[in-house]
Amino acid sequence: MLSRTADNLFWIARYMERAETAARFLEVGSRIALLPSAGGYRNEWDSLLQASGNADAFARKYGDPVQRNIESFLFFDRDNPSSVASCITTARENGRIVRTALTAQVWDALNTAFQELRQLERTSRSELELSRLTEWTMRHAAMVRGAIEATLLRNDGWDFLNLGYHLERADNTARLMDVKYYVLLPKVEFVGSGLDNYQWTTLLRAMSAHRAFHWAYGGEVTAAKIAHFLILNPQCPRSLITCVEEISIHLNRLARAYGATSEAQARAQDMLAALEATKVEDIFDEGLHEFLSRFIREVAGLGSLVHETYLSGDMR
Amino acid sequence: MTQYFNEMYQGGKVRPPYARLEDWMKAMPAELRTLKQAEAEDLFRRIGITFAVYGEGGDPDRLIPFDMFPRVFTGAEWARLEKGIKQRARALNAFLVDVYQRGEIVRAGRVPSRLVYQNEAYEKAVAGIKPPKGVYSHIVGIDIVRTGPDEFFVLEDNCRTPSGVSYMLENREIMMRMFPDLFRENRIEPVDTYPEILRRTLASVAPEKCTGEPTVVLLTPGHFNSAYYEHSFLADLMGVELVEGADLFVQGEFVWMRTTEGPKKVDVIYRRIDDAFIDPLCFRPDSMLGVPGLMDVYRSGGVSICSAPGAGVADDKAVYTFVPEMVRFYLGEEPILQNVPTWQCGKADDLRYVLDNLSELVVKEVHGSGGYGMLVGPKSSKDQVESFRAKILADPGNYIAQPTLALSTTPTFVAEGVAPRHVDLRPYCLVGERIELVPGGLTRVALKEGSLVVNSSQGGGVKDTWVLAE
Repeated sequence: MLSRTADNLFWIARYMERAETAARFLEVGSRIALLPSAGGYRNEWDSLLQASGNADAFARKYGDPVQRNIESFLFFDRDNPSSVASCITTARENGRIVRTALTAQVWDALNTAFQELRQLERTSRSELELSRLTEWTMRHAAMVRGAIEATLLRNDGWDFLNLGYHLERADNTARLMDVKYYVLLPKVEFVGSGLDNYQWTTLLRAMSAHRAFHWAYGGEVTAAKIAHFLILNPQCPRSLITCVEEISIHLNRLARAYGATSEAQARAQDMLAALEATKVEDIFDEGLHEFLSRFIREVAGLGSLVHETYLSGDMR
Repeated sequence: MTQYFNEMYQGGKVRPPYARLEDWMKAMPAELRTLKQAEAEDLFRRIGITFAVYGEGGDPDRLIPFDMFPRVFTGAEWARLEKGIKQRARALNAFLVDVYQRGEIVRAGRVPSRLVYQNEAYEKAVAGIKPPKGVYSHIVGIDIVRTGPDEFFVLEDNCRTPSGVSYMLENREIMMRMFPDLFRENRIEPVDTYPEILRRTLASVAPEKCTGEPTVVLLTPGHFNSAYYEHSFLADLMGVELVEGADLFVQGEFVWMRTTEGPKKVDVIYRRIDDAFIDPLCFRPDSMLGVPGLMDVYRSGGVSICSAPGAGVADDKAVYTFVPEMVRFYLGEEPILQNVPTWQCGKADDLRYVLDNLSELVVKEVHGSGGYGMLVGPKSSKDQVESFRAKILADPGNYIAQPTLALSTTPTFVAEGVAPRHVDLRPYCLVGERIELVPGGLTRVALKEGSLVVNSSQGGGVKDTWVLAE
């Protein structure tokens, strides 16, 4: 397969996942903002922008973090490459380039999302509830994902799509959890309080994992349980360990198909083994933020390895 | 009033190849027609077929109107066309080999030296090179018009990268899907072998350094190009990779493509980008579309480029005048297809004639295409004729003139029902180890009543083109 084709497939998946994350960020933010807190309204949204890695770009364009501007920035703004609108447009453009590597159903799902987005952009903002925007995004992300799973040939192209999805998701889950750190950091005394739990629950809701969490753990919501669920539980579809496991599976498949092992494959196996050996206490000992920051760096490194190995096509 | 040759009706009678279509047309109620037309449009939009014909420019997402009424040739008519087209494709390639080697035709005084060596499409960079199998132009698109039962004229040759063949294939596909009965009742020669023949043609001109099965790729300028759909469509049907310049690189004496399994050697490049852009080290240094060093590999026989750089010198409108001469000179045959009589405004006698008869003639720029920058004398106002006269006088060498041809008409669905509209034909002749032509081509139709301009940018549409089996 042409490296560029693999690259396009990889980025279709990354951008669709990223669009979904932008929507999830919005959901977390709006729920946290509904709560009166010591830091005040402004602080929550600010931490959200910090965690999404976009705070500077936002400040340059809009100044103060006002909810309506943040909504524009994270959903509609084409100047923000991670906004829902930018992500869906880029994913569809990547899809258009490799149309012949996709099934009609996958293309249709990508194209429908794009066409409906253009309608949303023409709709007056006063008619658009935030919840409608986030639901809309998740619905279309699910349709693309479903079309891929149901109709696409399970060849190397399918592996590159899955690598894109899970690398992006690993990064995004870690960043969403990191929001918690930014929200809570200024007020250590809140840890373990009702407010703290409310924020954790909000995070679960944003990951569409609230019910799943209760099924898996039951009882009271605690930071340790949630960290375990979102980081170490292989049953949770968005947990870090699930993502790394999927990455590892698809890198193994590629190595088998191409008859050549890769450094990326070895690295993913190491990361998986490390997570499997980690206990939730270890994470809190290291510090949640420190752990997540390190994880985000490792995932980025793995992404670079995948790029070097398969997507650049250089002489090796 | 000029008499136009109507391909369906002659003297009030239906010509035999259209016999069954008359029944079909009469049996179709207006509502069904509207429904079918909408269905066809929907199919085109769904598969995303949008493009502009070679050099016409325009909106890249534009849909070219599709007319459901097919254009029909008998087997005998086609047999003659086929001979003529292949003859012309052979002569054009012989000319290209000659002018980049010894230039015998120029030495013999049969083609003026100026037209060849001072032509901006003449690539000095390939002088002395003989491409594999002696083929420069592997896909020759020859635009043909008809003026009578046996009168066919060549309007122009396209030796570089003629486009539109995806329309030939999709028009047929859509007709077969919508009107399967028509294909049971008529014995229509298939055209869907084209991609396979194209692939075989390209593989047959692999360079000498290639051992084993050659790797063929299609080089596109990218997804912003108006013909990108056609590029991806052809690559897909041929089962070859669709590459952009950045996917290829030169190392050692070969060209490689970047794949997920590492670099893979490329032997034949079917390029859909212009000469000027294929190698920034050899041609335009600002080109982002090409592959640096490609021409060095090409010159040393490490890769084949189709069409070969420099092929454009055979297809401009001034060289066109001499194609019949090429047929006689290289093949020792009489041309089967006629040229349209052409006056070169660069010659004093011709210029005088043109200026005296401007309102009767069609005047074109030598390097123009797409129906832009041309004058159709009989269809123009006095003011338009006069302002064009000034343009010709300012730069006579840039213009040629031809009589206004009475283009044949075929029945076409229009708002009021069915009416005759003018058509032309672009068949795609494939030249490799063998010369092959699928029975069919792209028929373009001028949808405006009375219009003689079939270019899609000027209100033209397309039709399925049938060749009946004998």
